[in-house]
Amino acid sequence: MKKTIGTLALFGLIAAGCAAMVSDEEREAQALAMMKASFKESGQAKLDRLDQDDMQKMCSRYHGDKVMPRDVGEKLEKEQQALIKFPADGKLVGDWKSGERIAQSGVGKQFSDNPANPNGANCYACHQLSKAELAYGTIGPSLYNFGKIRGFTPEMQKYAFSKVYNSQAFSACSSMPRFGHSGILTEAQIKDVVALLMDPESPVNK
Amino acid sequence: MARNFGLMAAAVCALAFAAHAQQDKSVIDEIEKYRAALGDGNPAELWEARGEDLWKQARGPKKASLEKCDIGLGPGVVKGAYTVLPKYFGDTDKVEDLESRLVTCMVTLQGFTREEVVKDPFGGPGKKSDLEALVAYITGSSRGMKMNVAGTHPKEREAYEIGQKIFFHRGGPHDFACSTCHGDDNLRIRLQDLPNLSKVADAQRAYTTWPAYRVSQGELRSFQWRLYDCFRQQRFPELVYTSPASIALTMYLAKSANGGTYNAPAIKR
Ligand code: HEC
Ligand code: HEC
Repeated sequence: MKKTIGTLALFGLIAAGCAAMVSDEEREAQALAMMKASFKESGQAKLDRLDQDDMQKMCSRYHGDKVMPRDVGEKLEKEQQALIKFPADGKLVGDWKSGERIAQSGVGKQFSDNPANPNGANCYACHQLSKAELAYGTIGPSLYNFGKIRGFTPEMQKYAFSKVYNSQAFSACSSMPRFGHSGILTEAQIKDVVALLMDPESPVNK
Repeated sequence: MARNFGLMAAAVCALAFAAHAQQDKSVIDEIEKYRAALGDGNPAELWEARGEDLWKQARGPKKASLEKCDIGLGPGVVKGAYTVLPKYFGDTDKVEDLESRLVTCMVTLQGFTREEVVKDPFGGPGKKSDLEALVAYITGSSRGMKMNVAGTHPKEREAYEIGQKIFFHRGGPHDFACSTCHGDDNLRIRLQDLPNLSKVADAQRAYTTWPAYRVSQGELRSFQWRLYDCFRQQRFPELVYTSPASIALTMYLAKSANGGTYNAPAIKR
C-alpha cells in the first residue's frame, strides 16, 4: 500500500512537472485550437486562413532570440522558389502607371473588402518608391531608384518579378506578402508593379 | 466643449498638413501637441460619464446596478481594477478581461441574456454601445496607477503563453502576424508609427493609452475593438467579441505593459 502511494505521488509530481513545462509545439497547437474557436468567417475571410503552411509555421516559431537554423531557412527558400510561376508569354514588364495605382491601393482580402473589386498591393505601406509620395512606411527598404541602381537588365526584371511573386524565395520569413503565390495580385498586376520598379520612365527611377 | 472641437478640427488639419510637409515629423509628436492644447477636453469624458450612470443605475430584469460586480479587486471596487486585468476569476473558472467581465456581471447580476449584452459591442453612426461607455468609466478610474497584472495563476500563465503564440502566428493570404507590424523598433506603416509590442517600453506606452477616443471616427474605441480591427488588417476572419483568443492576446500585451502608468481613455488620431 505504502509503495503504491509513493508511486502515485511520484506520478503526480511528474504530471505536475509536465503541466508546468508545455512544449512549444503543444502551445502552438493550443493557440491554433483556441483561434479556431475565437473567430467567425466573414465575407471572403474563412476560418482556413488560420491554418498554416510550412513557411508560416516555421516562421512563427522563430523570433526574437530564437534564430532560425540556416539549413531550415535555405530549405524554405528552395521550396518557395519552386512555386514561382513565370508568365507563359515570357514578358515580365507591364505598365508602370497601373503599377503605381496598385502600389498605392491597400484594399483587398480583408473581410470588409468586396472580392469583386481588384486587389491592391499597398507597397507604399512598407516601402519608399517614387520621390513624390511622402506617405510611405519603413517595414521594408527604400526602393527609390531600384531599376536605376540595380540595372535595367533581364536578370533584374526576373528577380523583381520573382520577388513580388514570392518574397520568401529569397529571404525566408520576410515580412513581405507572397503576392503571386497567395493570389493577392494577378499575373498582369505583378507585371505592372515590376514596371513601376524597372521601367526607366517610372517615377521610381527619376 | 464646442470650442474644444473647433480647436481639435484645426489641430487635425494642421496635423494632416504637417504630415505631408514634413515627413520626418512623428505623427505621435503632433498628437501629443494637440492633446496638450485640448487640456482636459477629451470627448472620452462623455463616454466616462455615461458609463458611470450605467454602472450605478438599477437595470435589467433583476433591476440591479453593477455596483456589486467584482472586476478584479472585489465587489464594487472600480478604482485601480483595470490595472490587474486580465485576471483569473473563480466564479467563472476563466481568465477574463474587462469586457468579458462586464458581460459576465450584466448577465449574472442584472439578468440580461448574453446575446442582449453583446449585441452592440462597438458604437457606430446612430448606435451607442453601453459596453464602450462602461469600459470608459472603469478604465478612467485607473488613471495614474501602475499596470500590475499578476499572471501567476496556472490559467493566467497558460493564457499568457498562448497569447504570445497568437501574437507571432503568421497566417492568411498576406502571411501577417501581429509581429509583422509590431515586432520591430521604429517601424512605420505609411506615416503611422507602429509600437514594437514585444518590447516593454513600447508595450507600456501602447497599452496604457487604450481605450481611446478616435478623432477620425468620432467614437471611443475599446481594446477589444483595437484587436478586432488589427485582425481585420491582418486579413484574418472576424474576431469574436471577448473570445478566448482575444483574452489570451490581451493577457500577453497587458502583462508586458506591467509597471507602465495607466493613462486612458486617451485621444488618438
Ligand atoms: C508588409 C510589408 C511589405 C509590403 C506590403 C511589401 N514589401 Fe517589399 N519588402 C518588405 C521587406 C521587409 C523587405 C526586405 C526583406 C526581403 O528582402 O524580403 C522587402 C523587400 C522587397 C524587395 C527586395 C529589395 C532588394 O533590395 O532586393 C523588393 C523588390 C520589394 N520588396 C518590392 C515590393 C513591391 C513591389 C511591393 C508591392 C507589390 C512590396 N514590396 C510590398 C516588406 C514589404
Ligand atoms: C498590417 C498591419 C498590422 C497588423 C498585422 C497588426 N496591426 Fe496593430 N496597428 C497597425 C496600425 C497601422 C496601427 C495604428 C493604427 C492607428 O493609429 O490608427 C496599429 C495599432 C495597434 C495598437 C495601438 C497602438 C497605440 O499606441 O495606439 C495595438 C495595441 C495593436 N495595434 C495591436 C496589434 C495586435 C495585437 C495585432 C495582432 C492581432 C496587430 N496589432 C496586428 C497595424 C497592424
